[in-house]
Amino acid sequence: MSTDLRADMASPVLLDPLDRALIVATQAGLPLVPEPYAALAAELAMSADEVMARLTQLQAAGIIRRIGAVPNHYAIGWTANGMTVWDVPDEQVDQLGPLIGALPFVTHCYRRPRALPAWPYNLFAMVHGSSREECASKAAEIRAVLGEACRAGEILYSTRILKKSGLRLS
Amino acid sequence: MRERPAENVCLDAVDRRILAELQGDFPICARPYQAAAEGLGISEAELIARLQRLLDDKVLTRFGPMYQIERMGGAFVLAALAVPETAYETVAAQVNALPAVAHNYRREHALNMWFVLATETPAGIAEAIAQIETATGLPVHAFPKEREYFVEMKLEARV
Repeated sequence: MSTDLRADMASPVLLDPLDRALIVATQAGLPLVPEPYAALAAELAMSADEVMARLTQLQAAGIIRRIGAVPNHYAIGWTANGMTVWDVPDEQVDQLGPLIGALPFVTHCYRRPRALPAWPYNLFAMVHGSSREECASKAAEIRAVLGEACRAGEILYSTRILKKSGLRLS
Repeated sequence: MRERPAENVCLDAVDRRILAELQGDFPICARPYQAAAEGLGISEAELIARLQRLLDDKVLTRFGPMYQIERMGGAFVLAALAVPETAYETVAAQVNALPAVAHNYRREHALNMWFVLATETPAGIAEAIAQIETATGLPVHAFPKEREYFVEMKLEARV
């Protein structure tokens, strides 16, 4: 992998086999030992310096979004989680999407295709709260920003995590 | 995994600071836990022990790098199924059995199962959808993202 790639979304990065081995070794988590990169190095027959250099490059290339703790948001008090979905005119969605994404309580915001007639929604925004009332009031704020562009909307609350493993290469 | 997997979870002030400050920026250096622990005012051994406990209690689902598969030429696609209630557990097991299924949530809607497929190639998505349709006999509704306006999943502890 070249070292001068920036984290623009345009061109995917080709991984070499050692990068891939490093991803497979770390996708479930880092070793909880004082020298985790040296532990990975021993497992992968690399030097600790090479592991650290490759992780630094993967992070610079945007392949690693970040390194740290991934909380189970239910367990830390965010027990109401709503996927809010909205039907807004196609010609306005790219102007409105960034405004909704900029609301401080929205964690993900995307434009997605409709599946008519059953699914008229093209704008998705995730909201979280300690109660459904909190999610509903956040959804009301989204609706207010959308204004007259909002033709319909719904909140789909999650009621159970069926799986949360994250990415798994094999 | 149930909605509240960790009963009787009790976080103290240090746990909350770990959650607030270690959702990103974990250092890449010889002793990263020591470097992170210094910022938190605790010892390296205490940080490691607390992270282990938070993982064991399922307060954390993982501690490590978060990868963005699209930057490696792969694909993420949100998809949904309308699953009959009587078949729900069976279908959940069939869907979860695929390694390409990264997350799966039950939601209150006619489309009551929403999952994210993550595959190393864009062609892998179609393959995973075909496998799910064959296994479950249900049509998969795919909602690939057309544009990403914002993603930043960092929530502070509220308990």
